[in-house]
Amino acid sequence: MGTQLVCKNAALGYEGRIVAQKIDFTVSSGDYLCIMGENGSGKSTLIKAILGLKPQMSGEIKWCGDIAGREIGYLPQQTLVQRDFPASVREIVISGCLSKCSWRPFYTRKEKDLAEKNMKRLGIEGLSKRCYRDLSGGQQQRVLLARALCAAEKMLLLDEPVTGLDPKAQAEMYELIAGLNAEGVTIIMVSHDITAAVKYSSHILHIGRKKQLFFGKTEDYVNSPVGRSFLATEGGDDDE
Amino acid sequence: MNEFITKLSDYLSHSFIQYAFIVSVLIAVCSSVLGVPLVLKRFSFIGDGLSHVAFGALSIATTFSFMLRGIAYSANGREIKSETAAKLIELIADSNNMIIILPVTVIAAVLLLRTNQNAKIKGDAAVAMISVSALAIGYLLMNKFPSSSALSSDVCNTLFGSILTLQENDVMLCLILSVVVMAVFVFFYNRIFAVTFDETFSKATGIKTDHLNMLIAIITALVIVIAMKLIGSLLVSALIIFPALSSMRVYRSFRSVVICSMILSVFCSVAGIIASIFWSTPAGSTIVAVYLAAFLVFTFISFIMGRKKK
Repeated sequence: MGTQLVCKNAALGYEGRIVAQKIDFTVSSGDYLCIMGENGSGKSTLIKAILGLKPQMSGEIKWCGDIAGREIGYLPQQTLVQRDFPASVREIVISGCLSKCSWRPFYTRKEKDLAEKNMKRLGIEGLSKRCYRDLSGGQQQRVLLARALCAAEKMLLLDEPVTGLDPKAQAEMYELIAGLNAEGVTIIMVSHDITAAVKYSSHILHIGRKKQLFFGKTEDYVNSPVGRSFLATEGGDDDE
Repeated sequence: MNEFITKLSDYLSHSFIQYAFIVSVLIAVCSSVLGVPLVLKRFSFIGDGLSHVAFGALSIATTFSFMLRGIAYSANGREIKSETAAKLIELIADSNNMIIILPVTVIAAVLLLRTNQNAKIKGDAAVAMISVSALAIGYLLMNKFPSSSALSSDVCNTLFGSILTLQENDVMLCLILSVVVMAVFVFFYNRIFAVTFDETFSKATGIKTDHLNMLIAIITALVIVIAMKLIGSLLVSALIIFPALSSMRVYRSFRSVVICSMILSVFCSVAGIIASIFWSTPAGSTIVAVYLAAFLVFTFISFIMGRKKK
C-alpha cells in the first residue's frame, strides 16, 4: 500500500481569493476516496489543483511512489460542446492515449489495443462505431471512463460521475467504479451523494466552508459528529 | 449536354478560368477541414471576425503600397540617388500586399483567441468591435487613398471576391499556404480532435491546449487570407461553416464528418464556379448559394433518416 498522493496544508483559490484552506489528506494505492462538500466549497478547485491545471496558493500537493505527475485518468463533468459532437465511441476512447504519443502524430497498434481492451473492460466494445451523442447518459459516462483508463491505469479522478443519470444507471456506474477499485485502481471521486459515498468509499474528505471538516476512514466518518449531522440532513435525498 | 461540354472546355482553355478552378479546389479543401473543429469549438465567429480584419489589412496594405509607389516615383523623378532603393520599394509595393495582410491577420487571430479566453471581456463583443472597426477603417482608407479610379468596384471585389482576376503568383501563394495548412491539420489531427472534444481532459493529460488553440487560430487566419481573394471577405465564413454544418447533419464520427466536408466543399465550389460562368453571376455569391443548397439537401436527408429510425 504505497502512498500515491500527499496534500499538505494546501490553500486553494483563484484570483487571490481563498476558497478552501488547511486541506490535508493522503491517498494510497488502492484507496477509494470520496471528496464531499457543498457547492462552492472548493471541490472543483481542489480537482484542478490535483490535476495541475491551477496550482494551489500555498502548501503542497505531491505525487509519490509509482505515480509520476500526470499519470492520472480524469473523468470531467460533461460539457455543452459534447452534447451534439459527432464522434464515434472508438475515436473518443483512443484520444485518451494521446499523452502516450509525445510528438508522434498517429496511434500505433499498442494504443489501438489499449483502447480495445478498455472498451471491453467497461462493456462498451459493441458500441465502438456508434456516435457518442446517440448514447444514453450511462453509456456516455462509460465511454469517458474508458478514455480515462487509456490515459492512466493506476488512478482515476472522477468529477461527479453520476450527475444527470437515472437511478438505475447511477447504481450501475457505482458498481462499475467499485469493480475497477477492486482491480486495484485508486479512485478519487467528487460527489454529492453521501449514501453512495458511505457505501462504496474507503476514505472520505469533507470540505466545509473555507476549511476541511473531516478526513479519514469512512467508518470513522459515519461515527464522527460531522458525518452524523451530514448523514442526518442529507441521507435521505441523493437527487442533488 | 454536348453544348455544355464544348462550352465548358472552351472556357477551360483560358488560363484565368483554370486558375479559378485550381484555387477554388485548394481553398475548398483547406477551409472545409478546418471548419469542422472551428464549428464544434464554437469558434465560427473568429472566422467571421478575421475576414473583416483581413479586409482592413488589405486596404492598409493598398494604401501603404500606394504611398510607397509615390516615394519611389519621386525618387525616380528627381536625382536617381539610389536606384536599387527605388526598385526595392517598388518590389515591396508589388508583392501582392501579402507582407502586410498575412501578419496582421495572424496577429488578429491570436488576439481574438485571447479575448475569448479572458472572461472579463466577452469574446463575442470584442470580435464584433474589432471586425466592425476593421471594416470601417478599411473603407475609409480605400476612399482616402484610392489605388485606382474605380473605387467602388475595388471595394466590391474585396468584399465579394474577384476570382476571375487571379494572377499566376496568387495561385502559387495559394498552393503554398494550402500545403502548409493541410500538413498542419494532418499532423495534429488527433490532437485537434482531443482538444475540440474535451479541452479540460486534454489539458489534464498534459496536452498543450493553449498552443494548439493558437495553432488553430493561426491556420484559420491563413485560410481566410487565401480564401478572401476567391470569395471576398464578407462571404469567407460560408466556406468554413457550411461544409461542416452540412456533413454534421448526416455523418456521426469525426473522421467521416471531416472527409465528407472536404468532398462536399470541393464539389460545391466547382459547381458554383461553373454555374457562375454559365449564368454570368458573381462567383463568390454563386458558390455560397450552392453551399446553402447543399446544406438544405443534407438537412432534408437527416430529417428522412431520423424518421426512418423512429
